[in-house]
Amino acid sequence: MKNVDVQDIINRFDNDKALLLPFLLAVQDAHPQKYLSEKAVNEIAQTMKISRSRVYSTASFYSEISLKPRGIHLVRVCANSPCENAGKALLLTAIEQELGITVGQTTLDGLFTLESVSCLGACYMSPAMKIDDEIYGYLTPGEVVSIIQKLRKEYRNEQIA
Amino acid sequence: MSKSPKNDLIFNIDFDEYLDLEQYRERGGYSALAKALAHDPKISIREIVDSGLRGRGGAAFPTGKKIEMLRNNSETVRYIICNADEGEPGTFKDRFIMTHIPFQLLEGLTIAAYLAGASKGYIYVRHEYPEAQRILRSGIQAAIEAGLLGKNILGSEFNLSLELFSGAGSYLCGEETALLSSIEGKKGRPRLKPPYPTQAGLWGKPTLINNVETLANIPKIIDKGASWYRQIGTVDSPGTKLISLSGDVKNRGLLEVPFGVTFAQIVNEYGGGPPIGKTIKAVNIGGASGVHVPPEMLNTALEYKACAQAGITIGSGAIFVLDNTRSILTNVQNRVRFFLHESCGKCTPCREGLRQANNIIDKLLRGEAGVKDVDTLERYTRAIVNASFCGLGQAAGNSLSSSLTYYREEYLAYCRENRELNSKEETA
Repeated sequence: MKNVDVQDIINRFDNDKALLLPFLLAVQDAHPQKYLSEKAVNEIAQTMKISRSRVYSTASFYSEISLKPRGIHLVRVCANSPCENAGKALLLTAIEQELGITVGQTTLDGLFTLESVSCLGACYMSPAMKIDDEIYGYLTPGEVVSIIQKLRKEYRNEQIA
Repeated sequence: MSKSPKNDLIFNIDFDEYLDLEQYRERGGYSALAKALAHDPKISIREIVDSGLRGRGGAAFPTGKKIEMLRNNSETVRYIICNADEGEPGTFKDRFIMTHIPFQLLEGLTIAAYLAGASKGYIYVRHEYPEAQRILRSGIQAAIEAGLLGKNILGSEFNLSLELFSGAGSYLCGEETALLSSIEGKKGRPRLKPPYPTQAGLWGKPTLINNVETLANIPKIIDKGASWYRQIGTVDSPGTKLISLSGDVKNRGLLEVPFGVTFAQIVNEYGGGPPIGKTIKAVNIGGASGVHVPPEMLNTALEYKACAQAGITIGSGAIFVLDNTRSILTNVQNRVRFFLHESCGKCTPCREGLRQANNIIDKLLRGEAGVKDVDTLERYTRAIVNASFCGLGQAAGNSLSSSLTYYREEYLAYCRENRELNSKEETA
């Protein structure tokens, strides 16, 4: 697996004050498994000349930063009231069955990670979920299953090609 | 998606239309910035003070006064931050400003920075809004190329360097001092106020922090004047409010309404009322940190004073409707669990109070709780509301306390004593 070049990423920031949070997000984004590895945390601490505990303190606070390896696709189902009343539980069950995992887990093939998320600002089209950067709304259990199957098929086709 | 009536209001967002820089300027965009730059900042600040504009993020602090506080500060290094960490569940109004009329926000922010004397700024956008981040990044770039941001804006002496700053998934960072900690690279935990950010904000320097909707009001106020602005809305609350309407109504979506309309009008006229065959049981106003009120209270006007008197939190303007088939307890529990997840853990009333509240609701739903537990829940709710460290912790108790006031019977119906009574009656 390709290593993340932490130094290269920090060189892209031209702030007079180096800001930790954008740096953490950029390093995470650059990792194929979209997380901050222990190695990356060490390198960030060295590069920014701060303690590792300081890096962990910030990194562990935020929901969108992961300290565990994640899948290629991040499936996030909104857990707040508007989506819950619109049938979130049924969506989640359908996804869990399709993927064979529960919230917080990654599929064995490393393709999907399932997460629960706070409001996506898509309450007018609840129930809603987000896969990577795309928001899907007005969902039914059948639709979420076919969206996941489509992504899986695309991935397999890419592997063959 | 419903639309606002075709009046000339403040935003007039069309769901199907994105206004790029050229279109925005064709419609008179950036004339307010030119006007502000041509005059003494004091004149424009006066205009904003006179307009009666108040913070639209939830706290409703007078915007003109806040800008004045920055202006009068002797420290010359000052910052401006646009709070676009729209995390209040049920709210999506700022997202629409950013994705549909981003230049109205950028113009308002630039004017506010000029008036406050800030030359460095950030727009703090939540990580869950990648589309808004992309649009704003390219918008900032387009504004720099057009001489509307960066050095010597519109040929003046005024410089503003503006950057987009991404959040990383923390509701709490919507609290202004937590947001500052977040930019500074720390955990997004709130700080003790005072000092307020206007005195000691980012890196200890005076900082103007305003919500997206607040800043996007400013171009209209400067362009058309405070007296034009005050024709919209009421004497107590001039202008309009963006409403995020969701839940059990026929038309869900974003609305722009003048202050003074009633909540009943919003739900029934704009929202089309509850689905056929259903009635309204409760309306949650102000998002997860807001209150649950019964339909009888919907005749209250959307107005700061009237709402404060009625105990309604306008908050971010989220309105979420529950029909008669919904359970108050499970909905309130959803809010409690949300706050339990988002609590930073700094203070005990918020961290432990919410945990215990969640346990008691669980116990009630399982049929294992008694009337005494409802009393305990009330006591914990008071502790959360009165003794939490920051505003978000205090607001975490709103859905609990309002539902315990208006829907106490529903809590009591789950209690052991009443279930035994009911089953005896059934067998008798």
